[in-house]
Amino acid sequence: MSNEIAILGAGMHPWGKWGHNFVQYGVAAAREALKDAGVPWQDISFVSGGATVRCGYPGYVAGATFAQALGWQGAEVNTSYAACASGSQALAAARNKILAGECDVALVVGADTTPKGFLAPAGGYRPEDPDWVRFYLGITNPTYFALYARRRMDLYGDTLEDFAAVKVKNSAIGSKNPRARYRKCFTAEDVAASAMVADPLRLMDICATSDGGAALIVSSLDYAKKLGKGDAPRVAAISTTTPTFASSVVEMPDIATDSAAAAGVEAHAFRSTLPLKAYEEAGLGPEDVDLAEVYDLSTALELDWIEDLQLAPRGEAATLLRAGDTAIGGRIPVNVSGGLACFGEAVPAQALAQVCELTWQLRGEAGDRQVAGAKVGITANQGLFGHGSSVIVKR
Amino acid sequence: MSNKPLAPAIDGWHTMAVKPHLIGTRCQACGTYFFPRNHDYCRNPACDSTDFDEVELSRTGHIWSYTNACYKPPEPYVAADPFEPYAIAAVQLEQEQMVVLGQVIEGVSCEDLKVGMPVELVLEQLHETDDDIKMTWKWKPVAR
Repeated sequence: MSNEIAILGAGMHPWGKWGHNFVQYGVAAAREALKDAGVPWQDISFVSGGATVRCGYPGYVAGATFAQALGWQGAEVNTSYAACASGSQALAAARNKILAGECDVALVVGADTTPKGFLAPAGGYRPEDPDWVRFYLGITNPTYFALYARRRMDLYGDTLEDFAAVKVKNSAIGSKNPRARYRKCFTAEDVAASAMVADPLRLMDICATSDGGAALIVSSLDYAKKLGKGDAPRVAAISTTTPTFASSVVEMPDIATDSAAAAGVEAHAFRSTLPLKAYEEAGLGPEDVDLAEVYDLSTALELDWIEDLQLAPRGEAATLLRAGDTAIGGRIPVNVSGGLACFGEAVPAQALAQVCELTWQLRGEAGDRQVAGAKVGITANQGLFGHGSSVIVKR
Repeated sequence: MSNKPLAPAIDGWHTMAVKPHLIGTRCQACGTYFFPRNHDYCRNPACDSTDFDEVELSRTGHIWSYTNACYKPPEPYVAADPFEPYAIAAVQLEQEQMVVLGQVIEGVSCEDLKVGMPVELVLEQLHETDDDIKMTWKWKPVAR
């Protein structure tokens, strides 16, 4: 039995620092996705929301909040929170409902309104909270990205110019994306002139936080066929697996990794195990992938992800980058949406935005950003406490 | 120089000796180490122990990676005024088979560090309060 579902529609509110209520972004994205799908709102029987924890109580019950905003019509609701993977978990909830035969067509939606500056922890003296501890000791989010980047430099010979080249590549293609927040074509000189934040990463190597909203209309394959959309892109796999003990890479916000000292315990790197389930579930391999949307929280992290998705051997992502293989027109284009470099991160919407991009690409509707003949795309993202997701879309 | 007493920035996370150690726990059943201390339940999926010994972790290790923090972090970090950049290292402890983060001692920056470099644990000031000087663990390169 197929575990695939169809993606009938995709929609996004443009990313930015608009300062509006997050519900507004979610509703705009949902309405665009409904229109794109040609499905009336009243026909949606399941609303699956990605939660935001920064916008008060309505954000905690995002599924219901969006359902109310679009007009109560009796649909069942769900809300998922898993940091950056919230959108993928919300998508997984909708897929489960559809594959269980309890729902024909569902709306999946996430949106966020973000504060300015560093994301800071809750106050007080709270040494039991690792997020509080690491900020007290002076360890911010960019610290972790910088540790991964420095390690690449020492182990694989990656350079500051390589990291800047990721930004230049993503900004060149992202400048053509009307939904992106940053649409300027940055040069290597621009990156080099930006302030050093966490050596070797400069301000322009690190993604910002943004407001935004993204939505998908997903359905059973039967429903898609009845609608005359039997050839719509399909969700072929969703991996939201947790790390396997002992996790060997220190991840936000932890101060230490697991210990692999016990007998029979091996150290594992989470990012590289996350896509394995996705490939297995889809019955596809990295050689089948035409394009990837990965979480470039930093420029260097895009290179890590390329290797974690097995699109390049370990340590060789920069070789692909230098050859132009990961740019539009290259062998395996990465982040043709412009990535986080051009969007900034809107946490509960970001994993869905990645799937929106794959949907448009696989339908051949990505305009200036189109990857020719794209049939299979993969996403990857990760947030606090090792939550992550990888989604494969195929046509 | 202040005459204020020295106090740990976070109680119970390290000894205050001249050659200090981080204080962790070790599972009595499977030998898994924990830092910070875990007294509640073993997180090895093959072990359901709830019994732990408090142990001093190795005070030397090798650099897994490193960075300089060039921007003032938000609170609860207490920054010097003007802000002074500092280095941070992730250090691999061999016996414990784990990586522990910490600041690097004052006066050492990225240019002085390399993956694989041996380091040892020392105590240094994190910040000063009205009553005392808050000390924390930092990594210091070992002269070869």
